[in-house]
Amino acid sequence: MAAHFNLNANSSKPSQTIAKDQAYQLLPAVLLICLFVVLPLCLIAIFSFLKPGTYGGVEWVFSAGSYVQFLFEQDFLTENLVFSANYLSIFFNSFVLAITATVLCLIIGFPTAYFIATRPERTRNIWLFAITVPYWVNLLIRTVAMLFIIRDQGPINSILIATGLISEPIRFAYTNFAIGLGLFYSYLPFMVLPIYAAIERLDFSLVEAAHDLYATRRSTLWNIIIPVVKPGIIAGCLLVFIPSLGSFIAPDILGGGKNLMIGNLIALQFQGSRNWPFGAAVAVILLTLVLSILLFFAMRSAKEARK
Amino acid sequence: MKSLDIKKYPGFRAITLFCLFILYGPMLVIAVYSFNSLRSITSWGGFTFAWYLKAFNNPTIQVAALNSLFIAVVAALLSTMIAVSAALALARGKTFKGQSALFALINLPLMIPEIVTAVSSLVFFIAIGFNLGLLTILIAHVVFCIPFAYLPISARLQGIKGHFEEAAQDLYATRWQAFRFILAPMLMPGIISGLMLSFIVSLDDFIITNMVAGPGTTTLPIAIYGMVRVGFTPEINAISTVLLLTSLVFVTVSYFLSRNAPKNAKTKPLQH
Repeated sequence: MAAHFNLNANSSKPSQTIAKDQAYQLLPAVLLICLFVVLPLCLIAIFSFLKPGTYGGVEWVFSAGSYVQFLFEQDFLTENLVFSANYLSIFFNSFVLAITATVLCLIIGFPTAYFIATRPERTRNIWLFAITVPYWVNLLIRTVAMLFIIRDQGPINSILIATGLISEPIRFAYTNFAIGLGLFYSYLPFMVLPIYAAIERLDFSLVEAAHDLYATRRSTLWNIIIPVVKPGIIAGCLLVFIPSLGSFIAPDILGGGKNLMIGNLIALQFQGSRNWPFGAAVAVILLTLVLSILLFFAMRSAKEARK
Repeated sequence: MKSLDIKKYPGFRAITLFCLFILYGPMLVIAVYSFNSLRSITSWGGFTFAWYLKAFNNPTIQVAALNSLFIAVVAALLSTMIAVSAALALARGKTFKGQSALFALINLPLMIPEIVTAVSSLVFFIAIGFNLGLLTILIAHVVFCIPFAYLPISARLQGIKGHFEEAAQDLYATRWQAFRFILAPMLMPGIISGLMLSFIVSLDDFIITNMVAGPGTTTLPIAIYGMVRVGFTPEINAISTVLLLTSLVFVTVSYFLSRNAPKNAKTKPLQH
């Protein structure tokens, strides 16, 4: 039993193998996660190389067709494969929206994190708590609340019409703008928390030294504070960008099913149009993207730590 | 005074307030309109509980609420028990080879995009011939709640300095007694915090639940989603407000539990 857990032989700490009782304590968690997370992921990877069944499901025949379908489509008449940017453009749209949300979160999140980190210790926790709470509130309901506000008959348009600023409601809902806004609003706390943690550890005597040397506030911010808290900024950006890229709720509710993101494309294959291998292939592509982004930054920070 | 001044950036307070306004504005609006006796957005017809009564008397919502509660309670209990056990091995026991790999494995459900977990669970349950329904939802919830329950428990465990349970065992307590009467009471705030966080994470989940629920099984988020598809009603606002308040209460309690760090444990470390 104990030997079974000895997976990572090149662990940084040359310590003993796992004790028997520790192995038993870990068994339920490890077993459940392997069985219901790792195994299903393997299954999805296998399914992505199979042929779609006629009525949903799969046929157990090897085929790379799903990945081909991602980039090419078959010409109706000649049956030749023609390059098609349909699905690539959904990926492109998702990237643009996720990056927009990340930048917006950074613009609002950095000053917020800085402001909270420079509060006196007593009030700091209250501010921080106020930022954290929305994370634990139902994302679906928060998104529905956003739709409630920005839809044509919602409070924003009603107020604008009542004040005579506009005569026709402005179409916010069911646009890319709405999705971007929704992503920004969904993941804003994720940006604030890691930046706050970095600024809280910042040695403010550096700021004072810069000030004594006649640095302006702006140049202190750009040349001292931001470089020092950069790891926190990167962590915050990742925590916003990655869930945004694979998000389902914001594009589904606020995009009205017309402006697809990767998450909706995957879900559709298992609900509506029923092409499991293609859905599996898109899921594998998304997962590969996400894990490579995480790995890239993990390796980068490990490299910087060694320096 | 001066050193405080140079730390300040003009406008940052305003941005922070704007940030809170964005985060809370939509929720407040929903909550306020759930008490409006008129269906209208622009006018206020007076305070009413009518939409709440209507929502509570809606049989679809009643069934969904019972399902949600049942799943959340069972998932929270099971995942917290599993997380306590895992945390005892990873955060309290001796270090061992492969420890970081196992830590990463336990947190794996947090790193995978939820939609990918959702579809892979669906495919898996169908492949092994499970009927989609309450049981598949429950299994999925237990699994993705483990890391949420694990975090506060392992944080609390790492805060307990001193080898209390070893001292108890030196005094002829059995391993179980040492855990039950010594470590578990000290760990209790972490355990309760883990229970509450996994409860609301389960109660709130939509994406995975929606995939593995199968036809006919509803939870509150699925019911709300279905209602929004048809159109906004004040009932949706009412039921949403109830869920918002539930999360708010649970997070607040969990926050205050984990904030009172194990001071008594820290200040009196046993000498070894």
